[in-house]
Amino acid sequence: MSKAPLLDVSGLTIAFPGGTPVADFGFRVAAGETVAVVGESGSGKSLTALAIMRLLPRTARIATGTVRFQGRDLFALPEPEMRKVRGREIAMIFQEPMTSLNPVLTVGKQIAEVLRLHEGLSAESARKRAIELLDLVRVADPHRRVDDFPHRLSGGMRQRVMIAMAVACTPKLLIADEPTTALDVTIQAQVLDLLESLRRDLGMALMLITHDLGIVGQWADRVVVMYAGRGAEEAEAAALLGDPLHPYTRGLLAASPRLDASLHYTAGTLREIPGSISSAIGEPGCPFVPRCPLAQPSCRTAPPPLMPVRPGRLLACPPVAATLEPIDAAAVGR
Amino acid sequence: MPLLSVVDLHTHFRTPEGELRAVDGVSLTVDKGESVGLVGESGCGKSTLGKAVLRLVQPTSGSVGFDGEEVSRLPADALGPFRRRAQMIFQDPFSSLNPRHTIERILTAPLYVHGIGDRAERKRRVPRMIEQGGLPLSSLSRYPHEFSGGQRQRIGIARALILGPELVVCDEPVSALDLSIQAQILNLLVEMKREYGLSYLFISHDLSVIRYFANRVLVMYLGRIVESAAGADLWARPLHPYTRALIQAIPDPARRRQAAPIGGDIASPLDIPKGCRFHPRCPIATSICTKVDPALVRHGDGHEAACHHAGQLTRPPEA
Amino acid sequence: MTTTTTTEVIASSSGSWRAVRAFFRNPAAVLATAFLVFVTIVALTAPLIYPEDPLSMVARPFLWPGQNPKFLLGSDSLGRDVAAGLVWGSRISLVIGIAAMALGVTIGIVVGATAGYFGGRIDDALVRLVEIFQTTPSFLMLVVLVAIAEPRVESITVGIALVTWPTIARLVRAEFRSLREKDFVTAARGLGYGHLRIIFIEILPNALPPIIVTSSVIVASAILMESALSFMGLGDPNRISWGSMIGASRETLRTAWYLTAIPGIAIVLTVLALNMIGDALNDALNPRLSGER
Repeated sequence: MSKAPLLDVSGLTIAFPGGTPVADFGFRVAAGETVAVVGESGSGKSLTALAIMRLLPRTARIATGTVRFQGRDLFALPEPEMRKVRGREIAMIFQEPMTSLNPVLTVGKQIAEVLRLHEGLSAESARKRAIELLDLVRVADPHRRVDDFPHRLSGGMRQRVMIAMAVACTPKLLIADEPTTALDVTIQAQVLDLLESLRRDLGMALMLITHDLGIVGQWADRVVVMYAGRGAEEAEAAALLGDPLHPYTRGLLAASPRLDASLHYTAGTLREIPGSISSAIGEPGCPFVPRCPLAQPSCRTAPPPLMPVRPGRLLACPPVAATLEPIDAAAVGR
Repeated sequence: MPLLSVVDLHTHFRTPEGELRAVDGVSLTVDKGESVGLVGESGCGKSTLGKAVLRLVQPTSGSVGFDGEEVSRLPADALGPFRRRAQMIFQDPFSSLNPRHTIERILTAPLYVHGIGDRAERKRRVPRMIEQGGLPLSSLSRYPHEFSGGQRQRIGIARALILGPELVVCDEPVSALDLSIQAQILNLLVEMKREYGLSYLFISHDLSVIRYFANRVLVMYLGRIVESAAGADLWARPLHPYTRALIQAIPDPARRRQAAPIGGDIASPLDIPKGCRFHPRCPIATSICTKVDPALVRHGDGHEAACHHAGQLTRPPEA
Repeated sequence: MTTTTTTEVIASSSGSWRAVRAFFRNPAAVLATAFLVFVTIVALTAPLIYPEDPLSMVARPFLWPGQNPKFLLGSDSLGRDVAAGLVWGSRISLVIGIAAMALGVTIGIVVGATAGYFGGRIDDALVRLVEIFQTTPSFLMLVVLVAIAEPRVESITVGIALVTWPTIARLVRAEFRSLREKDFVTAARGLGYGHLRIIFIEILPNALPPIIVTSSVIVASAILMESALSFMGLGDPNRISWGSMIGASRETLRTAWYLTAIPGIAIVLTVLALNMIGDALNDALNPRLSGER
């Protein structure tokens, strides 16, 4: 946390004609770090990623907030400058590798295109580099695969190709939006393993968007929990899973069946979080209030901000924060 | 006698690329009141198996016995009684409900088609079912698109249960839902099981969900059952290297930044490897595995595995 | 996430009302609908407006429009009232257009639904049948059909339906092929529903939007085909239609051009209105398009 952040998102509010799916959201990513952004669908985590890349749909508007990348305000960059940032300094991979690849071009051509655009390589050297990249992302037999069309590849292979394109210009930050949600569990393990070794070898930072707390625990350094467009809790991954503070995070951990827990349906029911995320629409206070077991009248007045509660730990829940030992604000450093 | 007993079931499809062996010789039983978990990755044929059991896909060969009666060869117009007793819950709560029908119509139609009750009786039964599914009565006059994913899945469950079935095949019933909703639906399924004494064939790719929900677990790989055991036994003592890999592949903070348990891709059911179908990805495969297709063999009480080196953690020395 | 926001927006109202509202937000659609309502009213009230037979000679031949206030649109070479012809002609155009469409759509739905739902050999056979009809030049076939039968309104209607149903059949087949794979259809089979119930109650309502859109265009092309037949003198000789009015006055095109222009404009406006309604329906019934507006 003491390092100057590579990425600093603060006060981000994204407005659509129908509402504000992201409101006053912020977090930082340090160089080389893996930060997980966790939330369920509708939490605004993917929109946040698109806002960082300035790839939001046209109907969306950034109402407030800044995104600083290596000190530069990305929202203030002219579009041609931003185009140089995309792909070269910040790259992104998506959940569905089938629709993200162009079906009528070979994977080699698609990787080479990135290299020719950003690095100005010749066709021949771009192809050579494309084969190296396929090898780097552990595609077996890259000399043959380079001429394959996307539909010939399995889901896992396609995601590897997407990763090869993303890391082609050795970006400083890779945003992975649910990169393994469409994949099988054994393939998911391979892809996450690959992302981790690329992060280490290329010195990238990784912003990992996921809904899976197991992935967070296994792969992330730090984690930001989002709920209905706002930050709920931020902590080191181990601290969050070991001692969740926000009622939503607690509820999620209690509600998920886990392989290491011995709970069986014959012995008892799962703890539920009642209701659904859509209850947050139009809530003037904390978005989690309609589902929260600890809700108090004061929670309904205004959405609580993320406040430091322990070193390296932020929480947006005043009732829980009040039960914790007060901390020395100077020691937190934020 | 088991409620459902499947013997050597095959379901093959003819495709332009050749014969696709989705289900390739599966035998299983589901006892009355039992919840059997069927776990495997995409393309392993688990979904086709579920549909073949319910005669939603015509099996190529093999037998499906339901309460002592062979149903795999029944003519379509004689399936009525079986349809009432065996139902399905689908994965995708968005495509499994007819978008043009109100919830009332969706729930009334099965009763009407099977001639259950008169108008008044149906008018009583439908609201009772929707309330048991955990939805307000006002839902009845609405259309599916007015509901969230979790609520739609409740409607799907109500539709499956309105005929009073004994066996319910659940095909990934929670995998399209958000984590905070999954527990609600799993709890509802448990409640319905208690209420009606249902038997479940519970299909999922998610071992943690299976662990919670199943009495007995079948692990499927490329059209075959490769391991079968009581739940607790399977988690404690997985015998097949694939089961072990599946368990180890689940993201877990305890395995912080550990490498993936197995490499390679799932082979295509169009081109099933010779010998043991898992051998190209198997960390302990030997030469016998490339030649001989292992049968499902008993290894202790109720625990079966189809592996030449069942229970071994490292590659045995070649003879 | 963007999808959830859009579905929530759409979810606030039920599907058909949303489509109706989207339709009437489109100014072209409102204009076209107003015009067609006007034509329909005129057609329905023709006996009240012009009680006399429009084929009877009532005036001096070649009265230009405006020349005699009694005959607002003038008279033709035989002294028949053009305005009366126009009003009565709208009846034939609309009746044939709508009846031919209804018949063609019915045949198309039955054939297309059967082929798409059952697939396999039934599908192969029906697709061949559709191809036979589609590879024959349709207007030529229509001319032959009408020439064989007596040229009466009924036979013309059946003839037009016979050349238009393959379009609908192909469309319905494609819709059914994709819809039969949906889980709600699998669920319906699992619940023991019969084929007829699944085809007509479960699948067909979901396939309706593109059928409705195409139907409006088919009405327009049926009107054009009837006009073309009548122009060639193959229409019903006992009924006046816009096409026969143009056909009857083609020899005097240079001296009395208004005799072809007036019914011509009527045809153009009606066909244009129907096509505009088709476009607007297409936009309105496609939730993704109207949701973005």
